[in-house]
Amino acid sequence: MSNIFLIMFGAILTENFIFSRFYGICPFLGVSDKPSTALGMGMAVTFVMTLSSAATYAVYYLLLEPFGLEYLKTIAFILVIASLVQFIEMFLKKYIPSLYGALGIYLPLITTNCAVLGAALVNIQDGHNFIESVVFGFSAALGFTMAIVVFAGVRAKMEFADPPKAFKGFPILLIAASLAAMAFSGFSGMKF
Amino acid sequence: MNFIHDILVPALIFVGLGALMGVLLAVATKLFHVKKDERAEEIVSCLPGANCGGCGYAGCSALADAIVAGEAKVSSCTVGGAEVASKIAGIMGVEAGKTVRMRAQVMCSGTHSNSKKKYIYSGAADCAAASKLGGGDKLCPNGCIGLGTCVAHCPFDAIHVENGIAKVDNSRCRGCGICASTCPKGVIRLIPFDSAVWVGCMSHDNGRTVRSYCDVGCIGCKLCEKNCPSGAIKVDGNVAAIDYDKCTGCGICAEKCPRKIIHKI
Repeated sequence: MSNIFLIMFGAILTENFIFSRFYGICPFLGVSDKPSTALGMGMAVTFVMTLSSAATYAVYYLLLEPFGLEYLKTIAFILVIASLVQFIEMFLKKYIPSLYGALGIYLPLITTNCAVLGAALVNIQDGHNFIESVVFGFSAALGFTMAIVVFAGVRAKMEFADPPKAFKGFPILLIAASLAAMAFSGFSGMKF
Repeated sequence: MNFIHDILVPALIFVGLGALMGVLLAVATKLFHVKKDERAEEIVSCLPGANCGGCGYAGCSALADAIVAGEAKVSSCTVGGAEVASKIAGIMGVEAGKTVRMRAQVMCSGTHSNSKKKYIYSGAADCAAASKLGGGDKLCPNGCIGLGTCVAHCPFDAIHVENGIAKVDNSRCRGCGICASTCPKGVIRLIPFDSAVWVGCMSHDNGRTVRSYCDVGCIGCKLCEKNCPSGAIKVDGNVAAIDYDKCTGCGICAEKCPRKIIHKI
């Protein structure tokens, strides 16, 4: 049981996907202009990452490993995750329209999101079992959501800042992101 | 090198996996198909597709959904005007009604050279920010601040700041009204596209005060009101305003205006 908590804690804080592993930087910078859209994106990522962790676990241990095809896991995972996201999108549209309304526009963005693929690959690399994989996927996505929502708040403040012309727009965003990443690196001192 | 083990098996497994996913998605498409109103898609194809939000909805497809649901009028698209409205009316099977194409007009003539400032502003280049500081740097409480908040918001690149005041490029303006709603001074108004005259001032101060800070401000002398043959121009709160329903575009007001702020196109 303590193992599960360690995985959760590690995935959310010490090895935060964005600030420490640098996965999912694209949505982190692209969808963080408003806290509300950032939260929507985070929820969609949480949803997809949890499900894809389970699906890729099954594909890896039931299909790839028995045939000795571990070296093809990346391409297999891309295929499975992309199909899964498409499937989820159609399913939600039909049966849970309210959830589709909230997540719908973000789902296609996640189809080939590196954070989702990264979670699947880390699961294999760290030898997580099924429960651990799902927990890792879920908590890594929570860490992602926290990071993107926090950064959206930072960006809202930066709207009113007046940086030098050379830093306007994207450069100042990257600087702010690096400062946030440095703050998060404080957690990495917490070894268990 | 084992051909079967190294190449054939992986290839077959991936073909199988790909086919499985393909079939799954194909079945899902049929199974989870959501019946969407065909009219909504047709309406989207008629709309300009700029997603400007001038109609008050999130974008063109949101407006199409609202029109189909009966929440929005067929003439809701200000950008598309009468042409688009009649097409949508055809799809929906209703009368379009009369739509008047509008355009934005900045009701201010106070450029850098002919209006006075009360302080030198050097903050963020945004009219809303500047207007929080004592109503902007112009002495005139109603004048265009000229920092280009409207320029930043215009989806059609139709408004630009020239010599300290915003100026609308009539050939590009589609009358969506976004500039008017973002202007903190409310100095941008929508007027009929083919209107012949417009008043280039919105200052409600009395004549003497206006003269003290602006060379081209309306002093409320009422010469235009007295000379208008169709009674379309009224001075209300020390500033002339044109009723475009009555205006015939004769241009007498523009000739009579001593401050030359009623412009004839």
